[in-house]
Amino acid sequence: MKQIVVISGKGGTGKTIITASFASLSNNAIAADCDVDAADLHLLLHPEIKERHRFKGLPKAEISQDRCTGCGRCYDVCRFDAVQKKHNCETAAPQNQTTHFFIDHQSCEGCKVCYYACPEDVITMRENVSGEWYVSETKYGPMVHARLGIAEENSGKLVTIVRENARSIAEKRNLDFVIVDGPPGIGCPVIASLSGVDIALVVTEPTLSGIHDMERVIDVARHFGVETACIINKYDINLENSKSIENWCNKNKIPVLGKIPFDNSVSESVVKGVPIVEYTESEVTWVIKGIWQEILKTKEK
Amino acid sequence: MIISIASGKGGTGKTTIATSLAFYLSINGANVVFLDCDVEEPNSALFLKPGIDKSQTVDIPVPAVDFKKCTYCGKCAEVCAYHAIAVAKKTVLVFTELCHGCGGCALFCPEGAISEVGRDIGVVEEGDAFGIRFIQGRLSIGEPMAVPLIREVKRCGIEGSDGVIIIDVPPGTSCPVIESIKGSDFVILVTEPTPFGLNDLRLAVETVKKLDIDFGVVINRSDIGDKEVEDYCKDENIPILAEIPYSRDIAVLYSYGVSMVVEGEKYRKIFRKIWETIKKLKSGQSWPIVGEEDV
Repeated sequence: MKQIVVISGKGGTGKTIITASFASLSNNAIAADCDVDAADLHLLLHPEIKERHRFKGLPKAEISQDRCTGCGRCYDVCRFDAVQKKHNCETAAPQNQTTHFFIDHQSCEGCKVCYYACPEDVITMRENVSGEWYVSETKYGPMVHARLGIAEENSGKLVTIVRENARSIAEKRNLDFVIVDGPPGIGCPVIASLSGVDIALVVTEPTLSGIHDMERVIDVARHFGVETACIINKYDINLENSKSIENWCNKNKIPVLGKIPFDNSVSESVVKGVPIVEYTESEVTWVIKGIWQEILKTKEK
Repeated sequence: MIISIASGKGGTGKTTIATSLAFYLSINGANVVFLDCDVEEPNSALFLKPGIDKSQTVDIPVPAVDFKKCTYCGKCAEVCAYHAIAVAKKTVLVFTELCHGCGGCALFCPEGAISEVGRDIGVVEEGDAFGIRFIQGRLSIGEPMAVPLIREVKRCGIEGSDGVIIIDVPPGTSCPVIESIKGSDFVILVTEPTPFGLNDLRLAVETVKKLDIDFGVVINRSDIGDKEVEDYCKDENIPILAEIPYSRDIAVLYSYGVSMVVEGEKYRKIFRKIWETIKKLKSGQSWPIVGEEDV
């Protein structure tokens, strides 16, 4: 079993469209959507949810206002500006018209330092269900995906859960591939999507932003010892930049698996909700099929 | 006045809109500060082309154990919510990549055996881009934690600044996005008219609503997909600030790192409209003066 992750650094280069095409072309794979912030793969693969699981983030602090003496110890120890001060709370009794402290949940990182530091024990840690993850079936095979709650943290941890479950299902069902749709960027969820995969396919576009971001994400993959290969999407938008991507890849011994032209039918296929390889027969689909053949060759290695 | 440019989905045109708006306002005499908070993949500099004259590394505090004082009592590991410190029989292991720098271990160590040392997570760079004050963060390769760096970019850019502060926000809806947009007066959500764009716009709208910030939508490449995004905005009473049709010219300019505002008058009109609409939506607040003449 091989694990493949599709990443890009820059967003909107075509990761999900390519991942969905691979899912469609493979006949023995599981798809995992690790862009848990803004998951879109389900819009092309149309999973039927079989299992739903709650994802709990770190519990967040809560101050019991009725017992708080307003000493401000929590305010002093919090490094994340999550304890906020409010003066002259109008709802309090006149003798209590002093400083009040409360937690800004968006800023609380769940470190519990205030909880331990409070001399009056009036801070509790409240359970924080911050997302859900799903095991589903699609017409292409199983799929694991997730939804992180709005404005939540710990997306790296949720990514790890999605990946672990995808891997164990792949092992149980004796599947050849885990195909991971990765998030944009190079931070925590990307690192969680990358770690331990067999190959990272980096989808880039011939723009200065695309090139800059590709170089950074390839550096991250290398930092974690992951082999990379490159796909240039919309290569004909700027042939000069495409050439320099190829030169850079050659110099760094990164195979370029394919160059996909710009084509309006790609947007149309997204509107229709089908992977592009099922939507048209065009240069775009031939190139993607060719890339998938290259990946199949790596299976034998 | 702080305006953030965000989107759930990546690649919808955040940086294009943010840098073009910054140029538009600057050309018209406003005092503009630009913050690139997409510290994982900062791209605004490719368009604004600032001269960087100041660069400082940003670190977060991580524990360092003084083994002469340590009694291996295990208190540090007990209080650490991130499992970033572990105590075995005669050793203490620190996993610095997991550490959030909360300081709990040092604060609660009964022997005073833990001090904190800095761990570099990236740099904040400052400079000038044709009169626009420019600040960006660059996260180090292999570093998972973007939020403390974003916090530092905002601190450097916002403290003591007046005029219009434009923030280029990373994609998504989780902690780096929240850190970037909180405290903003207005958020421009950039989307595209496809099912992906709509799905991620809904998430972005929920995020901005949760923070209780006024917002409007720019539909980029407005003619490539369907009408669903427009219908959604109308149903939800979300102001559409502009619809920018797909143009190969814009795409090619973008690929070379050239802002559309610099190149064409018809694009400048779009940003004039965006700015005027935001002003109307936020009327009653003090706004930096922008020249009235058509540019």
